[in-house]
Amino acid sequence: MFGFGKDKTIESIKKKIDPNLPLIEMKHIYKIYITGSEQVYANDDVNLTINRGEFVAIVGKSGSGKSTLMNIIGALDKPTSGDYYLGGVNTAHMSDDELAIIRNQMIGFIFQQYNLLSKLNLLENVELPLLYAGVKSSEREKLALENLEKVGLREKYKNKPSQLSGGQQQRVSIARALAGHPSLILADEPTGALDSRTSREVLNFLKQLHEEGNTVVIITHDNSIAVEAKRVVRIKDGKINFDGTSEEYASII
Amino acid sequence: MLQSFKLAVNSIWSNKMRSFLTMLGIIIGVAAVIVLISIVSAYMGSIIDSFTSMGANKINVFARNMNSRHITENDMYEFFDEHAEWFDGISPSISVTSTVKKGNESLDQTTVTGVSEDYLKIDGSDIQYGRGIIYSDVAGRSTVCVIGQYVASELFDSAEASLGESLKINGRPFTVVGVLEMKDEDSFEEGGSDDFIWIPYTVAITMARNSFINSWVLTSSDTDYTTEIVQGLKDMLFKHFKSTNFYNVNAMNSIIKELNTQVGTLSVMLGGIAGISLLVAGIGVMNIMLVSVTERTREIGIRKAVGARQGVIMQQFVIEAAVTSMLGGIIGIILGAIVTKSIGAAMDIDAYPTLAAVLISFSVSVGIGLIFGYLPAKRAAMLNPIDALRVD
Repeated sequence: MFGFGKDKTIESIKKKIDPNLPLIEMKHIYKIYITGSEQVYANDDVNLTINRGEFVAIVGKSGSGKSTLMNIIGALDKPTSGDYYLGGVNTAHMSDDELAIIRNQMIGFIFQQYNLLSKLNLLENVELPLLYAGVKSSEREKLALENLEKVGLREKYKNKPSQLSGGQQQRVSIARALAGHPSLILADEPTGALDSRTSREVLNFLKQLHEEGNTVVIITHDNSIAVEAKRVVRIKDGKINFDGTSEEYASII
Repeated sequence: MLQSFKLAVNSIWSNKMRSFLTMLGIIIGVAAVIVLISIVSAYMGSIIDSFTSMGANKINVFARNMNSRHITENDMYEFFDEHAEWFDGISPSISVTSTVKKGNESLDQTTVTGVSEDYLKIDGSDIQYGRGIIYSDVAGRSTVCVIGQYVASELFDSAEASLGESLKINGRPFTVVGVLEMKDEDSFEEGGSDDFIWIPYTVAITMARNSFINSWVLTSSDTDYTTEIVQGLKDMLFKHFKSTNFYNVNAMNSIIKELNTQVGTLSVMLGGIAGISLLVAGIGVMNIMLVSVTERTREIGIRKAVGARQGVIMQQFVIEAAVTSMLGGIIGIILGAIVTKSIGAAMDIDAYPTLAAVLISFSVSVGIGLIFGYLPAKRAAMLNPIDALRVD
């Protein structure tokens, strides 16, 4: 029935993805919220290109518009105007369901609050994106276990998230993000809820993923995290006011 | 789809108490529908059965004879002979108010009826000993009688021994020529269905104060003739009485038909009333599903973030609602069946849940889940993933 299982919509969207184009190409992105009679420009003419294999930190204070930008990059939200090409596919005018397919096929999310489903065990949590992609049950289990293995939690696959520490839960969410072989790993304050030791662990993990050839984008307010990336993009008042290597960024802060 | 069922069952199971309370509305509603429909149709069925056993082909004629306008014995027999193909039997039915005595024993409640030779056949009874009233008894005004089992057991040593013995009706001696088989074990008592005496109607006329025969019983050869017979009798009676006020023709068959229609209406009506409780239960399902959606906003957000489309979320909640009310429906059917059986046993009727009642209440309960689950499911599906993720 509707929803589960591979279908034509997934296939037709996959077909449009061009591996030779930049992974992310944002052109004149505006996101305007109307509060009362006032218009708030959360994103104000953002132009950003990220190529495959890059490791980018998007940094900014709270209220800078970085979360809004992350929602648009993650296809969780649509810009008010402007075009956003993800793998060459313009997502700016997609429907809710098409965006769901884009998220499912192209993006692996890592959230600050882990966002694991508490009633499901680790295996089922990691399987979730594969389930919505219509992957067969046996294949799902195999892929999910592989990814749990990668984050060192294979033995605990039957546990519930609540039985794990914060760092372990974040590793499960990394396994979930990797399960569908996404083009982009999008981490929103991935270390925000962790102590410095586990934060380091998670960061090293993200670095490792980058070294393996994945495109990784981290959203953070923390400059010390941002400089761990190869490239830093700073947002202020909804605009990009710095875009350069982390060495350059380290020299200006 | 299978996945949605699994999710639904998990969710119901993880909130056992709440799910059960939600189901309780459906359980009670479904059980009420089944019990009411089944008991009413079984009870009315037993009433219809007893009417049928009294003879579906019986037609009763009552006339208020007066000196100026009346119907005679000859008129009735003429009509009977004219339409011989319609009929099976005819008999006057003359009630005689009486005291029955044998020696010192006396019976006050015994029904004494003057009948013709056809009456045994009309009544559908069987002779146990002796014979029934015969034509020569009627023609010769013999003081003979046929008695019921209760009379035989009260006044004589045994049913067999009563043959040839005599008893007194209002002081007049009658010879017992026949005893009928027991009619109803349950009302074997004074004034019951076995406390009766039949005598030739020609004799009964002389004992009754009225010289006219006011009551007749006829049987049709086929119930298909009922309508024609009733009309024919009415036409004939109207000729004699010149008014419809003085006579009455009742066919058992039409009474049964009428009863059947009324039973049907009554069942539908009661089922409908019980159905209202199902509607209330459905609102309960919707209420709980809305709570469930609100509670699980974050879960919905996560599912949407990793790629669940609206249809999948929708399906998950609709199926959860449908499974909840379906389980409630199944439990309700079982409960309804048990209650129906026990009430049936207590009322001494053969009550069982009718297939129609089961099918209707089951599909109604699943339908309720689908309909009342739709709105909450729609709300869940339309949730914006960003807003949903922001909820704590």
